Amino acid sequence: MNEVFARGPSLPVRLAIVLVLSLAAMLIDTKVENFATARTYLNSMVSPLQYIANLPGAMMSWSADRFKSRQKLLNDNEDLTYQITLMSEQLQRFKILEQENNNLRKLLDAPVRDNMHKMITELMAVDTNPYSHQIVVNKGAIDGVFLNQPVLDDNGIVGQVSEVGTTNSRILLISDVTHAIPVRIERNNVRFIAIGDGSLDAINLQHVPHSADLLEGDVLVSSGLGDVFPEGYPVGIITSIIRDEGRPFAQVQATPLAQLDRLKYLLLLWPADMAPDGAIAPGDERFEQLKSGMTDSDTSEQQDLEQENAR
Amino acid sequence: MKGKQFLIPASIIVAFILQIMPMPVAIDLYRPDWLLLILCYWSMALPNRVGVGVAAICGIVIDILYGTALGVHSFAMAIPVYLVAANYQRFRNYSVVQQAVMIFVLATLYHMLVYWLQYWLTGIQFRFELLWPVVTSVFIWPWLFWLLRRYRRLLRVT
Repeated sequence: MNEVFARGPSLPVRLAIVLVLSLAAMLIDTKVENFATARTYLNSMVSPLQYIANLPGAMMSWSADRFKSRQKLLNDNEDLTYQITLMSEQLQRFKILEQENNNLRKLLDAPVRDNMHKMITELMAVDTNPYSHQIVVNKGAIDGVFLNQPVLDDNGIVGQVSEVGTTNSRILLISDVTHAIPVRIERNNVRFIAIGDGSLDAINLQHVPHSADLLEGDVLVSSGLGDVFPEGYPVGIITSIIRDEGRPFAQVQATPLAQLDRLKYLLLLWPADMAPDGAIAPGDERFEQLKSGMTDSDTSEQQDLEQENAR
Repeated sequence: MKGKQFLIPASIIVAFILQIMPMPVAIDLYRPDWLLLILCYWSMALPNRVGVGVAAICGIVIDILYGTALGVHSFAMAIPVYLVAANYQRFRNYSVVQQAVMIFVLATLYHMLVYWLQYWLTGIQFRFELLWPVVTSVFIWPWLFWLLRRYRRLLRVT
């Protein structure tokens, strides 16, 4: 090596250039609004790395799927059948209630609520930094994902899309310190704003007067204000209320209902007017087929079982 | 030999993958700073090939992968690598244990810089668990040093 004839600027000068450029990048990234589109391209450029890093985990789960025992599959199938039966009974009641509600709303001249279009997405299990709560999922701009799109799991609201890549996108969880979600209490419709706490199992309610009607165990649902999250999806349960009169506001903590530390399948929601082709519309035939297909295969499975028992 | 030009880029790409590979939550807290260690090694062994510029580019890639504000990790990565590149002759003469102590200092500096910048940008809270990677990095360093030096000599990378 020939450090005697080193080319280019000296080391301290290089460091100064790098630091100034980094600071400029930080300022542009945080202060300039339209920079998100540039990040989309940057994300797409590094996504091969994410896919490679994801391979060992994917192979593990693939082999786990392969070597699942037949008995386990049968048991799973049985459990799921029970669940579907129970849920479809609830769904029948829900449909009638929904119709009734819409009729009542029409009588009151209130706008009928649209159902959301949805798409199932899978967690890409890519790790993120400890200071912020973000996850990456395997749907991106080509699937119609848009910025600030609401994301749910089977229990409640998970977060919103913060960066869209071509084939994957990043989701900011409701527990992140930079995330706030407008909520109301299901019991009495009092409105608050819930802000992330930085730990996965807590969100804080802001600016709660000491006299507010709150109880431990109250369910928080999204209030629909702010135009990001649709109204009425569950967010969390109030776990602790500290009414210290020495402080200006009561300190109220809630636990998110979505299991933020064990996410696997997530649901992306679209309003009816901007849903892409791939999304499942409410009352979609494909969904119905999916359901009937499930029960068909299930009956054959049931027959298999019976035959096996008979033998 | 063929692998000559590819050892440095390949080691850096492996470092990226190790840095973002999903791990169970219990182990994840102790993930060593692979990228910082590998960049420190190369800037000590070959300061004419890997220096502040490469560290900054790698930092930007980490920013994109981690979803932090662009520039946070490039800023934090450039300063420890600069310190190594500026003192590479002193560093080479240290024993592995002394080097590990220096790695402790550099990794702590790196994590504190990341924390300070993020605190300045978003106001995060400091937790001492976030410094666990420093400890694991120190213990990984002797093995990584031995491995990289072996391959550098085997492939005669200059």
